[in-house]
Amino acid sequence: MAQQIIGILIAALLSQNFILVKFYGICPFMGVSKKIDTALGMGMAVTFVMALASFACYWVYQLLLLLELTYMQTVAFILVIASIVQVVEMFLKKMVPALYKALGVFLPLITTNCAVLGVVLVNVAEGYDVLISTVNGAAGGLGFTLAIVLFASVRERVDKAECPESFKGFPIALITAGLLALAFMGFSGLSIF
Amino acid sequence: MNFKKQFMEGLLTKNPVTVQLLGMCSTLAITTSLFNGLGMGLAVTIITICSNVLISALRKVIPNQIRIAAYITIIAGFVTIVDLCLQAFLPDLAASLGVFIPLIVVNCMVLGRAEGFASKNGVLASAVDGLCQGIGYTVALVITCIIRELLGSGTFGGGLLNNGEGIRIIPEGIPAMQMVMPVGGFLVLGCVIAGSQWLMKYLNNKKAKEGAK
Repeated sequence: MAQQIIGILIAALLSQNFILVKFYGICPFMGVSKKIDTALGMGMAVTFVMALASFACYWVYQLLLLLELTYMQTVAFILVIASIVQVVEMFLKKMVPALYKALGVFLPLITTNCAVLGVVLVNVAEGYDVLISTVNGAAGGLGFTLAIVLFASVRERVDKAECPESFKGFPIALITAGLLALAFMGFSGLSIF
Repeated sequence: MNFKKQFMEGLLTKNPVTVQLLGMCSTLAITTSLFNGLGMGLAVTIITICSNVLISALRKVIPNQIRIAAYITIIAGFVTIVDLCLQAFLPDLAASLGVFIPLIVVNCMVLGRAEGFASKNGVLASAVDGLCQGIGYTVALVITCIIRELLGSGTFGGGLLNNGEGIRIIPEGIPAMQMVMPVGGFLVLGCVIAGSQWLMKYLNNKKAKEGAK
């Protein structure tokens, strides 16, 4: 069990990184990576929601299995995720206003982050149990945070550098992300267990 | 309603991929062969048209506060239909697109059109908008696919022509595998967006010159 958990952690952080290898959650990756602070905030919020969504959707899927409604899984999962995001937003607003202020704008955006729905669908497809699903969700979120913070720190510098006019803005950011992905490819064979 | 203007917007000036940068996840992940790109493009086009039509028809019924949740539910319904159809009729495509078909639900392009266009316009205009944006998405996907496939596996039309193997253009051994891997996705899409920015600037300059004359 411990071996499997460590294996999943390493895969989600490095060798199978959610953004740079599997391409989940590219929109927030490009959208909110202009500053390191905001990138870190987004990463934390996503990690939290991914772990919670993995846990909740495991039980929802068991219910769907029981009712023989598994073909409705996409609809069910997205509704669960949307309501989790809503609940988290209300909870933070009441209980931890400081964190709510820091994350503020990013919370509603998480619903349409494909990393969240992606990890839930992967958990179901792989048949993970509830513990492994939750760990996979949290680890995927940490991988997301790692990639987006690294990317933001590179991008702060790239924005100041000169480049051909057609490449200004997003194209050069995508090329930068490509080089980051090339670096992460170095981890691709990595598996301890 | 101006069909030609909507078409140009979808194809170039407001292209969902190269200008609005929506739906990047699927764009980067599945553009490894022409078959995937076309299949994904068509699936997204159909879903955008259907969801645009339904949302536009219901735009006066859906309360404003819960509209996003309602839109997502409608979109998820259509995605499920397309997903099941693909699994039944095109199992090869369903297998190679994998989890990215259900992920169309969170493709910001579909939701973006629902919120940005269908919620404010009539049914017919919304259908045309869905079609035009879908075509723009498909074209951007197909261009990226062709470049990546050529550089990465040296073939054209993989999964579609020549018994699914594609027509070999560059001999084996020369193409760089990295181009069909994640790295290539970022690099090629960066170049495609740069190309479209250049093209738009070129067209604008030409128009300005003609206007000056």
